[in-house]
Amino acid sequence: MTITAADIYLLLPLLLVTGTVVVAMTAVGIKRDYTTTAIITITGLLVAAIAAAVLMSGTNQQVTPLLIIDQYSLFFTVVTCASAMFIAILSYPYLLALDDSREEYYLLLGVATVGAVVMVSSNHFVSAILGLETMSMSLYGMVAYTVHSKSAAQHPLEASVKYLVLSAAASGILLFGMALVYAQTGTLAFSSLVDLADSSRGDLGNDFTIVALLMITAGIAFKLSLAPFHIWTPDVYEGSPLPATTYLATIGKAAMFVILLRFMEASEALAFEGILTILSLIAVASILAGNLLALMQQNLKRLLAYSSIAHMGYILIAIIASYYVDGRIGIEAITFYLLAYLIMSLGTFGVASMVSDSSKEYDSIDDYKGLFWRQPVLAAIFTAMMLSLAGIPLTVGFIGKFYLFFAGVEGALWMLLAAMVIGSGIGLYYYLRVIYRMLEPAPESGVFNRSGQTASAFGVVGILFVLLLVLGVYPAPVIDLIEAISAYI
Amino acid sequence: MILVTLIAILFVGGLVAWFSERISPTMPRLVALIAVTLDLLLMFSLLGAGDAGGWVATFEADWIPRFGISFYFAADGLSVLLLMLTAFLGIIAIGAAWGEITERSGFFYFNLLWTLAGVLGVFTALDLFLFFFFWEVMLIPMYLIIAIWGHENKHYAAMKFFIFTQVTGMLMLISILVLAYFHYVQKGSLSFNYHDLLNVSTAGSMGMWVMLGFFLSFATKLPSVPFHSWLPDAHSQAPTAGSVILAGILLKTGAYGLIRFTVPLFPEASMAFAPYAMALAAISILYCAKVAFAQTDIKRLIAYTSVSHMGFVTLGIYAWNEQALQGAIMTMLAHGLSAAALFMLAGGLQHRIHTRDMSEMGGFWPKVPRMTAVAIFFSVAALGMPGLGNFIGEFLALIGAFQANITMTVLAAFGLILASVYSLWVLQKVFQGEYRNADFDDSHLTDLSRREMIYFALMMVGLIWMGMYPQSFLNMSEPALTQLLTSTQGVAVAVLQGAL
Repeated sequence: MTITAADIYLLLPLLLVTGTVVVAMTAVGIKRDYTTTAIITITGLLVAAIAAAVLMSGTNQQVTPLLIIDQYSLFFTVVTCASAMFIAILSYPYLLALDDSREEYYLLLGVATVGAVVMVSSNHFVSAILGLETMSMSLYGMVAYTVHSKSAAQHPLEASVKYLVLSAAASGILLFGMALVYAQTGTLAFSSLVDLADSSRGDLGNDFTIVALLMITAGIAFKLSLAPFHIWTPDVYEGSPLPATTYLATIGKAAMFVILLRFMEASEALAFEGILTILSLIAVASILAGNLLALMQQNLKRLLAYSSIAHMGYILIAIIASYYVDGRIGIEAITFYLLAYLIMSLGTFGVASMVSDSSKEYDSIDDYKGLFWRQPVLAAIFTAMMLSLAGIPLTVGFIGKFYLFFAGVEGALWMLLAAMVIGSGIGLYYYLRVIYRMLEPAPESGVFNRSGQTASAFGVVGILFVLLLVLGVYPAPVIDLIEAISAYI
Repeated sequence: MILVTLIAILFVGGLVAWFSERISPTMPRLVALIAVTLDLLLMFSLLGAGDAGGWVATFEADWIPRFGISFYFAADGLSVLLLMLTAFLGIIAIGAAWGEITERSGFFYFNLLWTLAGVLGVFTALDLFLFFFFWEVMLIPMYLIIAIWGHENKHYAAMKFFIFTQVTGMLMLISILVLAYFHYVQKGSLSFNYHDLLNVSTAGSMGMWVMLGFFLSFATKLPSVPFHSWLPDAHSQAPTAGSVILAGILLKTGAYGLIRFTVPLFPEASMAFAPYAMALAAISILYCAKVAFAQTDIKRLIAYTSVSHMGFVTLGIYAWNEQALQGAIMTMLAHGLSAAALFMLAGGLQHRIHTRDMSEMGGFWPKVPRMTAVAIFFSVAALGMPGLGNFIGEFLALIGAFQANITMTVLAAFGLILASVYSLWVLQKVFQGEYRNADFDDSHLTDLSRREMIYFALMMVGLIWMGMYPQSFLNMSEPALTQLLTSTQGVAVAVLQGAL
């Protein structure tokens, strides 16, 4: 196996992210400086995102058996690197006052992004696991990053250990499933499992395949925090520092979903009726459990954790629909919704981390009381993000929901659509509760820390806000782009 | 283009109003008034004959070609009538808010104008996706109006209003999507265009389910029993201007949706469903009139009478003949004015004595003679006195409905009697009898100001005009109705022949 210069060229975004980490590490070795490390990381991620965007037109090929560099993976590389850059910018003021070494945080963030880029470019079990573990390992560190800080009020160690133990168990199950598939197909590439029973290669029967697929599904469902594998989510979200939560909730979910999508399409696992039923049950359970449990939350991070469970359930409907429909509408719906979900989650967590820092997080809903009258700009952005999560028109969340409904209608999945309508209805209640809290008269005391509200942080949430509205009102260009790239799955 | 301009003026006007608060707290109301008045004046250019299909203005541009979605606005006589009602009541609502809204006025007028913009969009959008878009756009500002400037229980009321309309809205979205998918299956391409979708065959049980998705959404907005329970809460908690918009305009969007979309798009299913819809209408009329008696909160009482009066609209629509439809439209217009006026009176009372509880009121006549006179006028209008608009509407609706379903029409007609009873009962409770001043501070109980008199007079002129010369309104909606009726005629004949 030789790697040519052309291959290297295609791997440029991945190499740029890796290089960024190396440069940042070297810089820390020469002289510890928080600002320099942050700038190196942010610039590197930006360059990587631009490189991926430039490569995007007309690149579609397998680079080494492990990585597929096509328009779809490059699209998500752009999205991942851009999101990681936004998170890095938001992290800067958050960690500024930390009474501990701060530079290594950016190394972890960079390495996690390397993992995420590998994940979105993977159509092979080896690269999937490599990417996943690279990302998870860095996330354990990011979640526990404030552990030595005396003033950190959260429980980062608890969150990190919980995440580590459960995530490792899930990885184990996932690996076991992959081994079983390997026993069946003799290859670690994602490949069709249908009709294996008829082939001459080691015939272990359909039941064997289904067990393998179930284990893989369970492992992935854990990482996506789908019910009933969602138990860890609220605790980890609540205990982690906000930028780490943001990373976990956005890039962590999106990259995993891309793997799930590629695997489901390549393996044709949905042709097994049992898997289809299981996925439908998981979708309904996630939608109902996520929305119902979010109702009573007083903590914003826990609320968002439960709402993310529900959102993952919604997207799962499109995966199921992709089996029933002729065209690519299911894949398009997933892609658009993931993009929408990234924008609105980044925005919501972004606002929350702007008003917080590593010594004090404002993550109770009551903290936001009267925000609309104290800081109208911030509150308007936050309101728009909440409305988008609820799927209200003028926002990208609505177009996303429209896509999912459309996929569901084409697939004639009436029960799942009914679950989604009920779930969204319940969802309105808790999103509106947050908005209502912001509209209430402002209390006398309790002004937020303004140190996080730097111009660059405002720039980030501002960009997200504009994206939210533009994609909500005039989504046609992005829809065309997604239609084009979805042909490669 | 004029239609887009009308909507854009309100959207931009809303933003300007919001920012103009920085100049002066009284600037926003001025900006809002100018924007809505400008809209109303521009609408006079729409008073024309229109083309063969009755369309006086259209605008079309690509939006999301992937799904066959376009910016397609068009107005016929029916739309124009409702557009003018919207702009007119918009001005009245600004008048109602003029002295009442003093806090955060910029944001209030922003919300008010955006609600109106959403309503204008609903009345003119002929792409179903676009229609749904505006259908939802008008919700959020309305939610904010109730949630911020409402009364003691505003959180509950705003939430209930939003969840009811939004959840049924989602069912409508699914129905719209299924309909577009029908078009894809039958014609080979996706389209959300109203005229394309009219050609889709929707017979069969699937058509019935899809129709119910639309019906549920519109019946909740209308509202019709059993989906009406959000309305009394929303009305009693909303500020006066909010009630005016809600009762005067937002309820009419539900009726408009039934006329424009539900019946023409699903003629077979609607014909089959008509007896049930008319039964719901009769139940709404009688039940809500009865419930109105039990209220002590004056705004809740008026809210229930609204539901009752809107029952005549549903009755007329599902009779689906020209007289009944004309009656439904006249009722919509007349009720828009009379309900708005009654809510303003109730709001005015609340503003003066800080209570809506009728058991604490009584004998106000000598203290506020002008207000009493106005109240008598509008109560009498609401109960259907000949010579005023409401009478024409309900009378035509009943005549038309009688040809379609005698039982339900006879039952519904009893609603007229109940209406006179509760209207006069309110007058007695509030304005006649002994004056009791023990329970509240009556130092602010002053008579109507000149500003208030002006907008009540405007509404009186409107109602008298409707009552005395209804032909000017009937002529406008007639071409549109003829068009709608011919589009469903084939089905009606087929159904009748099947019955014979």
